[in-house]
Amino acid sequence: MAVEVEDLVKHFGDVHALDGVSFGVEAGTVLGLLGPNGAGKTTAVRILTSIITPDTGTASVLGIDVAEYPESVRLRIGLAGQYAAVDEVLTGRENLRLVGRLCHLPRADAESRAEELLGRFGLSDAGDRSLKTYSGGMRRRLDLAAALVHRPPVLFLDEPTTGLDPGSRLDLWAIIGELVDEGTTVLLTTQYLEEADRLADQIVVIDHGLVIAEGTATELKGRIGSTHIEVVVAAGAADQARAALSTVGPETAPDAPNAIAIQVADGSKAVLDAVRALDAAAIEVEGLAVREPTLDDVFLELTGHAADDIQTAGD
Amino acid sequence: MTMTTVDPAQLARESHKHVGDVARDALTMTWRNLLRLTRNPELMVFSTVQPIIFVLMFRYVFGGAITIPDYPYVDFLMAGVWVQSVTFGALNTGVGLAEDLQAGLIERFRSLPMARSAVLVGRTTADLVRNFFVVAVMTTVGFMVGFNYHTSALALLGALGIVLLFSYALSWLSALLGLMAPNAETAQAAFFPIVAVLVFASAAFVPVQTMPGWLQAFAKNQPVTAVIDAVRALTLGGPTAGKVVSALVWIAGIVAVFAPLSIRRYRKVA
Repeated sequence: MAVEVEDLVKHFGDVHALDGVSFGVEAGTVLGLLGPNGAGKTTAVRILTSIITPDTGTASVLGIDVAEYPESVRLRIGLAGQYAAVDEVLTGRENLRLVGRLCHLPRADAESRAEELLGRFGLSDAGDRSLKTYSGGMRRRLDLAAALVHRPPVLFLDEPTTGLDPGSRLDLWAIIGELVDEGTTVLLTTQYLEEADRLADQIVVIDHGLVIAEGTATELKGRIGSTHIEVVVAAGAADQARAALSTVGPETAPDAPNAIAIQVADGSKAVLDAVRALDAAAIEVEGLAVREPTLDDVFLELTGHAADDIQTAGD
Repeated sequence: MTMTTVDPAQLARESHKHVGDVARDALTMTWRNLLRLTRNPELMVFSTVQPIIFVLMFRYVFGGAITIPDYPYVDFLMAGVWVQSVTFGALNTGVGLAEDLQAGLIERFRSLPMARSAVLVGRTTADLVRNFFVVAVMTTVGFMVGFNYHTSALALLGALGIVLLFSYALSWLSALLGLMAPNAETAQAAFFPIVAVLVFASAAFVPVQTMPGWLQAFAKNQPVTAVIDAVRALTLGGPTAGKVVSALVWIAGIVAVFAPLSIRRYRKVA
């Protein structure tokens, strides 16, 4: 295991940030630590990156105990945080040079590494501008670049795309994908299920400081296993359609007022049943879709609250 | 979990901090803070214009109203203006640290293989360099408006040295407040009343003997007065050694109390 935590406990007063969490990340893979705000994700990352110490339990990176050899761990990890920890006043190049110097690269190496990273992250043109002129996406790319200056084999990404627009998010995902292809081990925290689904080989779901599920995205989805059929009808026909579909499966919360969602076991068979029932009742159908379970469903099932609720409740 | 893929001897080597690396990290952080300063021309201008205005204001506005026995007021004044400026200027240390904390930069620094002391040492050293320039500018302006020392050039340099040492000591008090405050504004609000009382209830601008008795008791026994008395003795003459010792004891005391407190606080935050 490139990263391993065992029975981590960390309480801040009455707040049980971590209440006995264990997980591991195999070398060269991506682990997605998924959970709502306040679940304990960031606390786990801060312990693994030697910023804080746990109350009990152990954490190790590349087999090195974090509490015992924090200096050695810091030499081998990169951390990119949720709040884009870069110096607003300095230029992109100066930020990278600063990190390079603090990682004890000789001056010339710090300079060439900064140049190389600016190029790789599409920031060459902006390299000599103050960060005040950077967009949110550029700042986040620079933050990630800063985490890579000393070529760490293990990377911790604490909500790397929180608050980014979809375009910037895709850019960042592509970069993270490249790093993984090069062999970097990544521990990623996220509250975006899509992000974990897309990037992570393994997912650990935590809530209230406890691991509540783990597995691959497919495994987690399989555990919930509820397929939905969504039918969209003309505005006036919703009640009639609802009655007709009640024989096919139990209704669940729909996405729109004139849509009806029903939970079914076998998607393809249920589609036929639904079409027949709607046809028999002479209801004109505007749209019909089969929806396979998403990580959102997994989350709702596991935590009792939707991922969306959590995102708005956070910050 | 004790599986170690790295040679234990290498781990031991990596844990050992070389003095050279510690010093270099502090220098890097000093460089960074000074670089920030040059990117903030407003701060540069205000932190030098304000002391200049104080020199001119006290020289020309109050200079006519306040008479000091034996010396022109401006000769008496300079010690007060030097110390007043660096005292209020110490605010920058705490504000800078509070800003770094807020921006999440301290968190990043703590995840890097750098000396942990570098953040605080680099900050206070950069502020010392800044104060050096502020004091130099004020002294130049002082000479232009008629300031003169009555001792020796060496004693004048000693006086300026004490002013700078005092600024460095106050930076540690400011650092502690900056690390305790939830944001830069609060750090500023917490620091201001402390230094305002220290500066104005002192010998900075008027002789302590003109104050009511209860205030004299405070004004005579606080660090700003001690430092100003030493600086005055070094620039105006008279008994000097005791005053200089007293100032240095205050300075050492402030560092001895607030540097460890700041370092302890720094370990806890972020």
